[in-house]
Amino acid sequence: MPASTHSPRGGGRLARGPLDPPASFRALRAVFLTLLAAFTLLPVFVMVTSSLKPLQDVAGRFRWIPSGLTLRPYTDIWHTVPLAEYLVNSLIVAGTATLASVVIAVFAAYAVSRHRFRGRRLFTLTVLSTQMFPGILFLLPLFLIFVNVGNATGIALYGSRGALILTYLTFSLPFSIWMLIGYFDSVPRDLDEAAMVDGCGPLGALLRVVVPAAVPGIVAVAVYAFMTAWGEVLFASVMTNDATRTLAVGLQGYSTQNDVYWNQIMAASLVVSIPVVAGFLLLQKYLVAGLTAGAVK
Amino acid sequence: MTSAPSTVPPGTGSPTGSPTGSAAARGTGGVLARVRRPGGGSRRPGRARRSALPYLLLLPALLLELLVHLIPMVMGILMSFRKLTQFFIRDWSRAPWTGFDNYELAVDVNRPVGRALLDSFATTCLFTFLSVALCWLLGTAAAVFTQHSFRGRGLLRALFFVPYALPAYAAVITWAFMFQRDNGLVNHVLHDQLGLGGAENTFWLIGDNSFWAMLTVSVWKSWPFAFLIVTAALQNIPGDLYEAAALDGAGVWQQIRRITLPSLGAVNQVLVLVLFLWTFNDFNTPFLLFGRSAPEAADLVSIHIYQSSFVTWNFGTGSAMSVLLLLFLLLVTAAYLLLTGRGRKDADAR
Repeated sequence: MPASTHSPRGGGRLARGPLDPPASFRALRAVFLTLLAAFTLLPVFVMVTSSLKPLQDVAGRFRWIPSGLTLRPYTDIWHTVPLAEYLVNSLIVAGTATLASVVIAVFAAYAVSRHRFRGRRLFTLTVLSTQMFPGILFLLPLFLIFVNVGNATGIALYGSRGALILTYLTFSLPFSIWMLIGYFDSVPRDLDEAAMVDGCGPLGALLRVVVPAAVPGIVAVAVYAFMTAWGEVLFASVMTNDATRTLAVGLQGYSTQNDVYWNQIMAASLVVSIPVVAGFLLLQKYLVAGLTAGAVK
Repeated sequence: MTSAPSTVPPGTGSPTGSPTGSAAARGTGGVLARVRRPGGGSRRPGRARRSALPYLLLLPALLLELLVHLIPMVMGILMSFRKLTQFFIRDWSRAPWTGFDNYELAVDVNRPVGRALLDSFATTCLFTFLSVALCWLLGTAAAVFTQHSFRGRGLLRALFFVPYALPAYAAVITWAFMFQRDNGLVNHVLHDQLGLGGAENTFWLIGDNSFWAMLTVSVWKSWPFAFLIVTAALQNIPGDLYEAAALDGAGVWQQIRRITLPSLGAVNQVLVLVLFLWTFNDFNTPFLLFGRSAPEAADLVSIHIYQSSFVTWNFGTGSAMSVLLLLFLLLVTAAYLLLTGRGRKDADAR
């Protein structure tokens, strides 16, 4: 079961197949992989080159070779819309949602991984099934709850960052719990049992032994939760107002009635993507191991 | 293993604060919990703490699950029985109770609302089927082709992960730019450079073509996930199998057909289910490509519900549609799990 798939070397030694594929195989492989790489990278190419083009280039016919290169879009993006504000909002919302769901999930996953208790299966099945629920199912009620509670208590919940963070827990919490159960299962039980024999309580064993042993998994879950929250569109588009708008909604501000500043949209997209893409590629091996642990069993 | 010390130093015990140290404070569900401690202390409080600890650990998660999942779901179901329009947003409990009216409206294909929902449902099914099939195909082919080592494989793998790592809004907005009628790359290549598509530039984000534009973006975004999962699964195939096959004279293709693909069976079951659920519920792709109302040809159920709720302000109907969507997904998932025999395995495994 899952423990065996937890090897943290997602990218490493895979060459297990036949060592000398024939020329026909290698030719087909080269063609297929080249086409696929082109398909994959085309939008990235467009994003990077368009972000360096002057406005008349992106407003007119598409050109592979720009009439001139400029860094103007990268300075303009901060003034056309309050991008810095959106960045801060996104950071706060995604960061808090990630932190909250990982901390809460560590305790829950530990309970499920190490204890047999009544309702355990019901709990895991509930967690698993909520992952398949469409976000729109929770959007409507949560929207009305925030509006109504706000009206009843006078606290402006709707549109607040706190409300958005809470809605983000609808997807990040079950996901984190589910992934961490798999990770904790792969930490040998002897480790925390030994710690408890040595006088740690169960919480001590969790915090001093299990959590340190599962750090790669916890990091992977955190990065993944952050990525999902950073890219979330549905809740952000309904639950935010001018002051709390996140990047997902804010980027739409670069299209005005008359002009669509495509070069600035591309520059801003690149700026907000680089941190998560870099994080993903850096932590790729943990993420791959983590994601597949849940599915490959 | 069997003779664990019967006392635990005070203060390191469970957070209940109960002073009796006992075997239960160690709280392991496995071996230790079943072992009867020799000669030891009061068993009763021990048992009480043994059963309380997991619930205490779960408490924060349970409270939040209640708050973000259970209450909204119950509310959503209640909302679907009311005529909930914009006039009742400030106090939804005052909206008139209408029983199954919303559901009748949603499923009555002879009236516009039901008709539109059915169309949108059919579009979503076709879209999901094509997208999942293509993602699976591309992901599996790429994983098989990168199974053997070659120069640049690591770099290629990293490149293939990029669509998966990019935030949806950045990626889909870029595609929206590429699909622009007059200044997009797609029309430039097809029309200007290859001379396809007649005298006029093609509209990609309006009209019937929007379906294909949306499918392209969806496949682009999701195939790396299939690649990632299949790649990991290929790692688990023992090398001996290939060696034995090679000794028996099996060529590359035969090895792929006889060893690689059959070993993917179990993984494919999960992969297809996950891809199905994601694609069926996908909101980002149509919303970012088309805005709050998608063209008819690309009107996915998620955006359809969004539109009936937040554009035309019929929350009751929107809720009924959400509940129907959930029931459909539950049914399909349950049937799928039963058919693949996976539900049993997962339930037992946990």
